[in-house]
Amino acid sequence: MRAAIGSHLLQPMMITVLVVVLPLSFTSAYYYRVAALVFIFALAVVGLNLLMGFAGQVSLGHAGFVGIGAYAVAVGPAHFGAPSWLCLLGGAVVSGSVAFAVGRPILRLKGHYLAVATLGFGLLVAIVLNNEADWTGGPDGMGVPSLSLFGWRAHGTQAWYWIAALTFVGGFLLARNLMDSPTGRALQAIHDSEIAARVLGVDVARKKLAVFIISAVYASVAGSYLALFNGLVTPDEAGFLRSIELVAMVVLGGMGSILGSLVGAAVLVVLPQALTFFQDYEQALLGLIVMIFMIFLRQGIVPSLAVAFAGWRK
Amino acid sequence: MNILEAERLSIAFGGVHAIDGVSLSITAGQVFSIIGPNGSGKTTLLNMISGIYLPNDGRIHVAGRDVTGLPPHRLARQGLSRTFQNLQIFTHMSVANNVMVGRHRHEQTGILADLLHWPSVTRQNAQTRTAALAALSRVGLGNAPDRPAGSLAYGALKRLEIARALASEPKLLLLDEPAAGCNPVETQEVDQVIRSLVKDGITVVLVEHDMRLVMNISDHVHVLARGRTLAEGTPQEVRANPQVIEAYLGAHGSREGANARA
Repeated sequence: MRAAIGSHLLQPMMITVLVVVLPLSFTSAYYYRVAALVFIFALAVVGLNLLMGFAGQVSLGHAGFVGIGAYAVAVGPAHFGAPSWLCLLGGAVVSGSVAFAVGRPILRLKGHYLAVATLGFGLLVAIVLNNEADWTGGPDGMGVPSLSLFGWRAHGTQAWYWIAALTFVGGFLLARNLMDSPTGRALQAIHDSEIAARVLGVDVARKKLAVFIISAVYASVAGSYLALFNGLVTPDEAGFLRSIELVAMVVLGGMGSILGSLVGAAVLVVLPQALTFFQDYEQALLGLIVMIFMIFLRQGIVPSLAVAFAGWRK
Repeated sequence: MNILEAERLSIAFGGVHAIDGVSLSITAGQVFSIIGPNGSGKTTLLNMISGIYLPNDGRIHVAGRDVTGLPPHRLARQGLSRTFQNLQIFTHMSVANNVMVGRHRHEQTGILADLLHWPSVTRQNAQTRTAALAALSRVGLGNAPDRPAGSLAYGALKRLEIARALASEPKLLLLDEPAAGCNPVETQEVDQVIRSLVKDGITVVLVEHDMRLVMNISDHVHVLARGRTLAEGTPQEVRANPQVIEAYLGAHGSREGANARA
């Protein structure tokens, strides 16, 4: 079911074509901006989908890792004078290390218990970012210098569109590779029956920890991009609502569908923009539309449509 | 040397002795059956042998090595595999992928290689799939390997679990009620699969309620009642044992049985 749409190469090719062709329809920088945001969020959602959709382990605190990545490219240059690209990599290393330290004890928990433990982790990061004002600027956040690499400065929405889109394609390919490997099969097995996976020789604790670290690194890179793109960070990046937003993108697009991650991110980034027309009712309409999606496409957008399409083709 | 040696295994849950001082000696190449009335501790015993439960007392040796307290995934690497009474299928995965997970202990894995899909990963995937398909055809599931596992019928799922365990190339295979809920034809298929396993030198530990299957196929039968060993021996010996008859039919039933024979 997961591989319902087409052969192995079809999806990456479709996405690459989409990335290249999409700008042709853009009439202003605003479109580039929204599209760049979609790809940045989609990157974090792919990572979270590896954890939730494939391995079946929920995280309600993933914005914590987004926050670590975002503040890495803010604090690093401001306090240590480090170049942004190095801070981005450093943020990924810190996120991975934190995921390792936090994941070891909490990944023993299951279901709701794991959800609450990860929720606690996310809150913890947000509180630290709020309170350590000397380092982080507190609730007001801080400015972020733009990314420069080998003398080239990543500036403007158009440049960020390409950076975000290409990184997403890379992240998409890595995630697909992982799922078509012994590690990926073991993770999917853990989702359905931990006990059967263990009996077949899968070191369940280790595999869960590995995917938790990988998903943290995805979130961290997305967080760094978000900060560099916006030119500023606030503790909201790491907030509870951001975590929920990421989970909603995973579920809406389709658990265990990597393509669904892009679709889920696109819907929840673009829809609020499209609904601003309705002013006061924007949020209410957004909620209503998401509910309707989930009622009629209950496995998430991409898997549900794939099943419908397969049935129609017969 | 015995492939499995369990000495005086005991485990209690909340003060109730589920298994109390049970010892097993299993010779390599045998079909060793464990039978007993409901609640006599058969599955609990299998869970201890496969490392899912830690015994309160007693020791377990596999092929001469003390494996007491090893977690299941380490035991799997010693060549021990099992199936489950209540099916534990990876329902989100395809039939073939279910069995490919069974190859896990033979696969080289590295996060970086897996993320970047080195050519070695592609090569290994192909080998794993070939082995998985071979295991599937052994249990008669060779057709339609790419169907979702969740779409198979009950009897087929039972055999899928056996194929998955087989793919790990076990020396010792524990089957927990492989024929439960199967119709006579499916039970016959399970019978044939077990016989073919033994031919390949796999030692089979069978927990089963279907007495015809057990008596047909077993070299040795171990009878449990209320967590203790009631009797053991060849199928003929066990069948003739009055205590076993009483445990299954009750004292009254065993008198009836004796009268019927007279």
